[in-house]
Amino acid sequence: MYAALWRLLPGPGWARAVQCLVLALVVVAICFTWVFPAVSPLLPFTDSTVGP
Amino acid sequence: MSLRRVVGWSGELLVTLGVLLLLFAAWQLWWTDVVADRAQTQIVQSLEDEFARGTAAPVGDNGIPAAIGEDGAFAVVRIPRFGDDFARPVIEGTDRPVLALGVGHYVGTAGPGQVGNFAVAGHRTTYGRPFHDVDQLVDGDRVVVETAAQVYVYEVTSREIVRPGDVEVIAPVPDEPGTAPTEAVLTMTSCHPKYSATERFVVHGRLVETVPRAQWVPSRWLTAATEG
Repeated sequence: MYAALWRLLPGPGWARAVQCLVLALVVVAICFTWVFPAVSPLLPFTDSTVGP
Repeated sequence: MSLRRVVGWSGELLVTLGVLLLLFAAWQLWWTDVVADRAQTQIVQSLEDEFARGTAAPVGDNGIPAAIGEDGAFAVVRIPRFGDDFARPVIEGTDRPVLALGVGHYVGTAGPGQVGNFAVAGHRTTYGRPFHDVDQLVDGDRVVVETAAQVYVYEVTSREIVRPGDVEVIAPVPDEPGTAPTEAVLTMTSCHPKYSATERFVVHGRLVETVPRAQWVPSRWLTAATEG
């Protein structure tokens, strides 16, 4: 999977490494901004109210 | 596709999943605190500014302003036991987005200083964790609720651990649903044990003093009742 990605990216080795780093950061940003906030309410770790 | 490639791909997939799970833990345990602390400090600051300028919305019969600002915050809660500078906004409602911005006031319960039960909920962990040390509160500890006109001083009277469905803890007379209240009390709920939601840690208190804002001297009230 990652080997295929590496082959797909253009440029010399260092340029590919930089692109990989940017891609990883984009994935983290997407997770922190949208994915994790959407998943968190489904997990029972943070409920602090009483209710029926 | 050869078996070798299938194994390779699924191995990478599993490692990726593991990294994502670690990232989620970091987001939940650390990043939500960073974001919420910033937001809550800002809301407290703007509330204090409004209180000082006298531009806060007037309070209705139920002790809560009829028109609450965009963020829904209408009071500031201070608990000296949690630190001299501990201050969190009190926001109307107990929905998830509200609790990320401060301490949530159970809709329909009494307002600050009103006869009945001023009931609030706060996170024990994550999202700024306002009630992280709620289990450290002892009898006589002060919980100070600042509103536009008055400052209400409550003192802790009891603690209990209940199941999430035990709504009678926020009844007008705590644990006595149906009884008409004659006293102004306070109830704080949070999750228990930490990082779990199997139970709720509940602290009750009663109103001991109402101080008009003009006569409010923070240093006189904002000290823990007992050291330790």
